[in-house]
Amino acid sequence: MNFPILSTLIFLPLVSSLFIFLSKDQKNNASAIYISLFSSLATFVLSLFLWYSLDLNSPDFQFIEEKSWINDYIKFKLGVDGISILFIVLTALITPICIISCINSVKDRVKEFLIAILVLETFMIGVFCSLDLVIFYLFFEAGLIPMFLIIGVWGGPKRVYSAFKFFLYTLLGSVLMLVAIIAIYWLTGTTDITQIQEIKIPREYQNLLWLAFFSSFAVKTPMWPVHTWLPDAHVEAPTAGSVILAAILLKMAGYGFLRFSIPLFPAASEFFTPLIYTLSIVAIIYTSLVALMQDDMKKLIAYSSVAHMGYVTLGIFTLTKQGIEGSVFQMISHGLISAALFLCVGVVYDRLHSRLISTYGGLVNYLPKYSFLFLVFALAALGLPGTTGFLGEFLILTGSFQKNYIVAMLATLGVVLGAAYILWLTKRVIFGKTNNEQIKSVKDTNKLEILMLVSLAFLVIFFGIYPYPLMETLNISVDNLITNYEQSLNEINIAKNDQ
Amino acid sequence: MINNLNILLPEIFLTLSIFGILMLGVFIKRSFNLVFNLSSIVIIVTITIILNSPNNVEKIFLESFIRDSFSQFFKLLILVSSLFVLNSSKSFIHDNKIDKFEYPIIILISILGMFFMVSSNDLILFYLGLELQSLALYILASIDRDNLRSSESGIKYFVLSALSSGLLLYGCSLLYGFTGSTNFEIISFELIDTNVGAIFAMVFILVGLAFKVSAVPFHMWTPDVYEGAPTSITSFFAVVPKVAGLALLIKFMFVPFSNILLEWQTIMIFISIASMILGAVAAIVQKNIKRLLAYSSIGHIGYALAGVASGSITGYASSVLYITIYVVMNIGAFSCLYLMKKDGNYKEDIEDLSGVSKKHPILAISFLIILFSLAGVPPLGGFFAKFYVFKAVLEQEMYVLAIVGLLTTVISAFYYLRIIKIIYFDEKSSTFDKVKNKVVQVTVFLSCSILITFFLYPYFLNNIVNSLFIV
Repeated sequence: MNFPILSTLIFLPLVSSLFIFLSKDQKNNASAIYISLFSSLATFVLSLFLWYSLDLNSPDFQFIEEKSWINDYIKFKLGVDGISILFIVLTALITPICIISCINSVKDRVKEFLIAILVLETFMIGVFCSLDLVIFYLFFEAGLIPMFLIIGVWGGPKRVYSAFKFFLYTLLGSVLMLVAIIAIYWLTGTTDITQIQEIKIPREYQNLLWLAFFSSFAVKTPMWPVHTWLPDAHVEAPTAGSVILAAILLKMAGYGFLRFSIPLFPAASEFFTPLIYTLSIVAIIYTSLVALMQDDMKKLIAYSSVAHMGYVTLGIFTLTKQGIEGSVFQMISHGLISAALFLCVGVVYDRLHSRLISTYGGLVNYLPKYSFLFLVFALAALGLPGTTGFLGEFLILTGSFQKNYIVAMLATLGVVLGAAYILWLTKRVIFGKTNNEQIKSVKDTNKLEILMLVSLAFLVIFFGIYPYPLMETLNISVDNLITNYEQSLNEINIAKNDQ
Repeated sequence: MINNLNILLPEIFLTLSIFGILMLGVFIKRSFNLVFNLSSIVIIVTITIILNSPNNVEKIFLESFIRDSFSQFFKLLILVSSLFVLNSSKSFIHDNKIDKFEYPIIILISILGMFFMVSSNDLILFYLGLELQSLALYILASIDRDNLRSSESGIKYFVLSALSSGLLLYGCSLLYGFTGSTNFEIISFELIDTNVGAIFAMVFILVGLAFKVSAVPFHMWTPDVYEGAPTSITSFFAVVPKVAGLALLIKFMFVPFSNILLEWQTIMIFISIASMILGAVAAIVQKNIKRLLAYSSIGHIGYALAGVASGSITGYASSVLYITIYVVMNIGAFSCLYLMKKDGNYKEDIEDLSGVSKKHPILAISFLIILFSLAGVPPLGGFFAKFYVFKAVLEQEMYVLAIVGLLTTVISAFYYLRIIKIIYFDEKSSTFDKVKNKVVQVTVFLSCSILITFFLYPYFLNNIVNSLFIV
């Protein structure tokens, strides 16, 4: 089949954003909303089709598109495997939900907002499809532009500060990656990752290159101590912006570790494992403690994201099958749960215009449907068995026990802390006394909000009980990743012994 | 002989047209529009002449004048950018009452000077071309002679530029003394690293050329001249002489100085790093857009010089590619300034832009694209310009230069973002007059579309610039 399905997937949102740009202004921006909803749903369906037609028994990249681009060696190369397809589907799923959420919450310049979201979707899908370092960098960085505007134009009172912090932090992290990418090009003569894996980067260069990539991914993940942009960005971003940020943008870094750091620099990945363990454990415990003390709901969820991403990095660098599968699963699960939690905050924020926990209390008496859904996601976030949150953490902890039981024990401590801040948040917001008289007159969730939240809740519980489709998709690709990693480590060790 | 004249056809045509148009201007009253349109036609005709001339290398007049793909490319770039700069500024010239008929003619004269600069293969011809260009530029800087700031910037530019021309001439004479020839190829042959006197000469010439492209530490005139001169002149200054200056610089490094690479490379790395840092840091506090663009142009020249500093063919090619995209971005940026008209006056302060995105979404989005491109954020053209330069720099394993360059990219991103913040985030919403100026709008549109679509086929420009250096 020669139909360029991946390019279609990437550029469909971009083209439709052009239509929105050209569409006439109307009352309620109906045409803009319909176009964006339609195109994002079409992208979602296309991504499901892609998932369905992916050959899960093959570890190779599929649907490869290849074209000479900058020169014959830096190509425009796209392809997917079992790991990236899940992220593509996640992106395509979250985008229509964001668009629905903005019908209620965005009042100003709706057309521009939808354009920004769709352009961002293009770049995000591009990141997960690219098999060439330069094209990956291109999409990875380009996502900054729409996100900068989403935070800055539609954000809260301190939006300018947050938008600048977000942009400059990420850019600073990424420029070193660009140096590394060009250096790889001169070392190996190509930026095609499958070819680089065969050529193999010399051992003496690996550590520096790994660090350069790490500087970019650590900021994006975000790992402690470079996580400080995230709470600011989350708090100030509009609901849809927070959802995309938490659900997808953060996953780019985890994906980057899996796709680039480990396969391209196996020896360095092994060398730096203690560093990652330390930073992950600090992230898990420290940010959980910080999250306990927040009085802003969005900030609390933002810190919990840092903690959850700490599990992800920990799981990836256990380099065991359980750890890596758990990490990917955790990323998908966190994508669904954190998106839902931010949507939940958005629902009450639209009504009462406050994110402070102290504003709320006793919501269960006045918004029963909302409170039920909030509780589902809160329990999923703390990892209740039967939800996706449990499986991810469980697999990661299993993986890390195999490698280092002290690390695993400390990480388990994070689970307890996670339960503490989530339950305390739920207690203060949903239950307890109603301090605020305004709450009594607030309406419960409307149909659109229920549609968004219930669909997410369904997925969280469905994959929590029946994770087989996700695991089956991951299985061969993760096996392949680990086999390649161990093989190249052995080769390096043999070479070392020979000397 | 006739064959020689054929090779010189663009220059001859340009010279004769200048004389002809000058006569028209003198004898016909209120002839600005006529002269202006004729000058545009002359530029277009010259473009077609160059496009139709064969591409082989020809050296004439005792090998002092050379026509090769390098000079052809730069001549085209100079002509096309002049055409856009000139036409987009027409209504500005009218509104500011600087519509003297000499204006377009002087621009043509400076173009003629640049033609000889990029085609020179000899110290004397190169110096004559440079001076012809510079004299025309002094007049242009002070063309608004009743305006104190314009006259001041003209004088400032003249004094400093004359000094640098003096240094340059001294360098040329030393070079002649130590190598015994004014021909670039013979100089290249004679110039080896044991020839200390000639290396001394190289430093003088490098200083003079660095002044012409306003690289640090010879940049002092740039912000003042940019701010003082009328915007239409500033846009010309920011684009066209930079192209010619960089072409000359590359030519010097590529031909006469090719054997003393290690000697000039250190100087070039220093100049490049200093320009990038100053361009990034000094622009942060600017309030006037023209002044900000002046500092930004210093920074951009720093990146272009980083390509030259790598001392390889890929480096020179990346530098040419950089300046080409720089031209596209700057023409777009300055054309946006022509749309910032309020109550009949053109606004220059960054604060005047606050919240324009609400009332003028198209202007705002064009500015957005150009500024992100200037900041070098992918997938816009500015990113590729930087990408090629750093690719060339890292090929030579000059990691410090590359890392400094990329860190200054982050710093400079800050002030570009600040303008975007003012346009998009600020609550105050300012409005401008409705400007119905098709030429400016088309220019902005073209510049933005080139920047957006560049990523689809970067091959195209890259192949052209690489072919310039095939000997």
